[in-house]
Formats: sequence, structure tokens, C-alpha cells
Amino acid sequence: MKNFSGRALFLDRADINTDEIIPARYLTEVSKTALKPYLLEGLKLERFDPKVDLDNKKVIITRDNFGCGSSREHAAWALEVNGINLVIAESFARIFKQNMFNCGMLAVEMPVKTIDYLFSMRGNGCIVIKTDFIKSVFLVKIKNQKEELDFSISGFNRALINAGGWVEYADLNY
Amino acid sequence: MGKTIAEKIFDAHFVDKPADDINVIRLDAVFCHEITTPVAINDLVKRNKDKVFDPEKIKAVIDHVTPAKDSKTALQGKILRKWAARHNIVDFFDIGRNGICHAIFPEKGFVRPGSTIIMGDSHTCTYGAFGAFAAGVGTTDLEVGILKGVCAFKHPETIKVIISGTMQSGVFAKDVILSIIERIGVNGATNKVIEFTGPVVDSMSMEERMTICNMAVEAGGTCGICYPDMATVEYLWEFIKDKYSTKKTALNLFMQLVSDCDAKYDIVINHDITHLTPQITDGYKPDNVKPVSEMEGIKVDQVYIGSCTNGRIEDLRVAARVLEGKQISSLVRGIVSPATPKVYSMALDEKILKIFLDAGFCITNPTCGACLGMSNGVLAEGEVCVATTNRNFNGRMGKNSMLHLASPATAAATAIAGHITNSKLFVADNK
Repeated sequence: MKNFSGRALFLDRADINTDEIIPARYLTEVSKTALKPYLLEGLKLERFDPKVDLDNKKVIITRDNFGCGSSREHAAWALEVNGINLVIAESFARIFKQNMFNCGMLAVEMPVKTIDYLFSMRGNGCIVIKTDFIKSVFLVKIKNQKEELDFSISGFNRALINAGGWVEYADLNY
Repeated sequence: MGKTIAEKIFDAHFVDKPADDINVIRLDAVFCHEITTPVAINDLVKRNKDKVFDPEKIKAVIDHVTPAKDSKTALQGKILRKWAARHNIVDFFDIGRNGICHAIFPEKGFVRPGSTIIMGDSHTCTYGAFGAFAAGVGTTDLEVGILKGVCAFKHPETIKVIISGTMQSGVFAKDVILSIIERIGVNGATNKVIEFTGPVVDSMSMEERMTICNMAVEAGGTCGICYPDMATVEYLWEFIKDKYSTKKTALNLFMQLVSDCDAKYDIVINHDITHLTPQITDGYKPDNVKPVSEMEGIKVDQVYIGSCTNGRIEDLRVAARVLEGKQISSLVRGIVSPATPKVYSMALDEKILKIFLDAGFCITNPTCGACLGMSNGVLAEGEVCVATTNRNFNGRMGKNSMLHLASPATAAATAIAGHITNSKLFVADNK
């Protein structure tokens, strides 16, 4: 199973699309690792510089409809090869979300007020998310403050993560 | 309780229900192109599973960057080409015979009412125009589709959009779908099927229905879908005539797919287009839509006519009607990309290409090209383009450029004027 824990990067905008996560000019690559330097290169966000802000981040926390647009799984891969296997958002676009689970990655939807709360805490310092996948709990840590947040994902998506991805799951079952 | 067309298709293709809300369905076709398929092919090889579930049900095309523009895109083409050859995938379309996937596959008769199709391309929803369930997927779903012929989907909750009224002169399918996306929003249909019905859809050609269904994903929809009718049968007849004794027989069979009158919908939207004027997007989201008149005067550097949304023969005919006898502005670069060799050939025969040439347009080979900023018309920073494509995200056609989505008529008129404007086909006296 992949690592779903680490320091969080906050992306404060709805509808961040797959062109912003990985621009089409990099779709000419035929390996996942080649995408590593280009993650979020297309994202124009105030005070956001992917070269600086991605450093040592393992979790993304963001708003509504993350990953909309193109079906390119390169968007999930660009996260994966940067060690980011967990995205927490208000909601996801369908294909992007399925791509994440298909790759054994974790895409978790949280209510708006929980996301707002997480965003409100980020001024207090670096936020670290520690994921207990079996118990479905995020342990959110800022400095000395700790808090537990329950999350839920569908049984099918949980099975995909346990199997290691959709190829593995389908191979076992179909 | 009755069923929607998508539910009927799911029932007919049922394989497994691994969870309450998940259906694994059997696929009638898996379509492939050179951008999203090579990674799946490489992964299958690496897993020692380099097989295909059925070579006749897999169709492949090189369309996104063709001819190859560099070594990397040449390699993508090479991987797809060699894979198609070693698995005896007969329906593989390479340079000279290739066109944009969502235009060429329907044109070849590969999309049938009631079938299930996936492709590693978000605009796969286009095929719903034929009453098929067709969804864009990522590379892993594609990989499993290639290997096993199955895919998992949530239960297809459906939004029904009833399009009624009279389409005014100079208003086209593109304007209709832009107005619907504005209404639903970019994520209003996430995880849902959008059924496009009503008298306006009934009177639309298959090309117009494809334009409508093509953009369902811009509202987040899994698939756009229209009911099959006589227009569907007529379009497909040359491919299905050996299978059905008469067109009526085929129609009767296809009609069984039509949603039951007591089918359950998530939402039903009545969309009257009588007062709809030509529409255009502003900004970087496809639901940010305005009447062209409100954007009038904005200067453009490029006009692009093509793509899986509006690169078919009807689109070229409309643009040619606007362009005939005119020259485009010397400040505008005009690019037209007929979607398939057949479209290209028809446009040649109908002297449409001559009109484009005389107007000052550059005619490219059939390709996705500039639509996703990969080749054939990428914009420089700060440039503005009016395009008949489907997605106006920041950087889509080139880093830090601006893209306005519109109909072929609006695009052609804009090319002549040098700034955004309504076409002469639109007569605004009926408001």
C-alpha cells in the first residue's frame, strides 16, 4: 500500500483542472517518472510557486471539483511520482478520482466546513496529516496541536487500494 | 419503476456489482489513441500481460499529434502502431487515413445504439449521440478494458435536458450546448449521465448531436446521450444494412433503448432556446458563457476551426458560408483542420477548401492539433484565439494565452473582422 501521510500543501481554488496539474505539452512522455518536474506547472495561483511550495509535501488539500477536464491519468501520475498519494478535497471530477483509486492512491471528499477548518488552521504552521487507512482516520498535526478527523471512502475504492489498483483487482476478479 | 436509456444499457452489459453503487459492465468497444494508450501498453508488457480481450473490438488511431512533431511523439505513434500490428487490430488508422478519434470512429460505423465504449479521452462522451453509453477514462481503466473488456462505473444517475423552442438563424448546436453548460455549471453533472432530448434534438443531424454530447464532460458528465431515431438509423445504414431487413426493423429495435416514461431522473431541465443568441466563452471555464454581442470588439490573434466538437463537414460548410468571397483580417491567423480524411475530401469536392484558402486560412491535415496546445497552432503568451473547440482552460492552447469557444459561424465572422463578432447568418430581430 502506498504512503498516505505527510506534510500538506493547500491549493485554495475550486475547479483546478488537469491541464493545470500537468499541461498537455508533457503528454508526449511515455513514462510516469518523466512527469516529476512538471507537477502543477500550469497552475496560476496567488503566492503559489510549484518549485518552492511542493517541497516535501505529501498531501494536497483543496476545494471543489479538483481534477476536472481531461482524462489524462498523467495528472494522478505526476502526483504519484512526487510522493503525493493523498488528495483531500470538497469534491473531485469523476475521471480524476477514479484514476487515483485505480492507481492505488487515495482521494477523499470532506464537507465544505471541514475543508474550511483545515484551511483556517494553515496559518498556525506546517500541517502534517497522518493517515490510518484501516480505521479511516486522519490525524492532523500542527505544532503541538493534534486532532482526529474521520473519513469515508466507498467499499469498492477501499478494495482497489487494498488490491494495489484496478489492474490487480480486475486480474483477480474478472 | 421504469429505466433510463443508460440503465437499460448497463443492465444489458452487466458483469458484476462489487459494491452497492458500482457496476462492472462488459465493453462492446475500446477505442485508443497515441497519447493515453502507450503507457497502458508499456505497463501490460511489463506485467507480462501483453494481450487484448478482442482485437475486433479495439479500434486505434493516431490523431493528437500527427504527423509526429518530434522524437517523443514519434515514439508514441510507434508504440501504438507496433502494438496494433502484433495484436491484429485491423481498425488502426495511421497517417493518411487518420482523423480525430471522435469524428472518425462514428464515421466508420463503429458506434452503435446501445453499445458500451470507453476511451482514454474525456470527449468520448461524444458517442452518446448514437444512443451509446460512452465514457472517457484514464489509462488504467483503458488498460483493464484492453485486457479484460470490462470497466467499472457508478450507477448511471441521469440529468434529463429537454431542449425545446426554435433555433434562430445563425444559432447552432455549439451555442445550444454552451448555454446548457452555463446553466448546469462545470461540475453540475459530475458522475451523471446527461440525456439530451426534446424536439430540438429530434430535429438535429447526427453531427449536431455529436457537438452537443461532446461537451457533456465540460459540465462534469460521464456521458451525454441522445435517443436513437431514424436519423441514427440513416447515418448508420450502410454499416448495418446486412444485419436488419429494413430501416424500420432497425429503428424498432433501437427504440427499445429509449428511456421509459416513468424512468427516474436526478433532475429534469427544460431548456428553451427560442431566444438563444450566438454564445461564446469568456475566461478560463467552459461555463463562463456570454452572448457574442457582449464580447463584441475583443481583438483576436488566431481563429481555429476544427476539433472533435466542430471539425465535421457541416461545421466547415457553415464557416464557408460566412467566409465566401471574403478575406480574413491581416491581423488574424486562420487555421482550419477538417476532422477526418472523409471530411477533407468532401470539403474538397464541395469547393469549401477553396473558400477557406481564398479567405486566407491555413488548412491542416486532420488532427487534434492546437485544441489541446500540442501542435499546429499553439499560441504565444498573451495571445487571444477564438476556437470551435471544447475547452478554454488557462494554457490549454498555449501557456498564458486566452481561448474563447464559439460556433464555426462566429469563429469565421471573427476571423474576417479581426475581433469577436456575430456572423452575418445571425439576424437579431426576434428578441
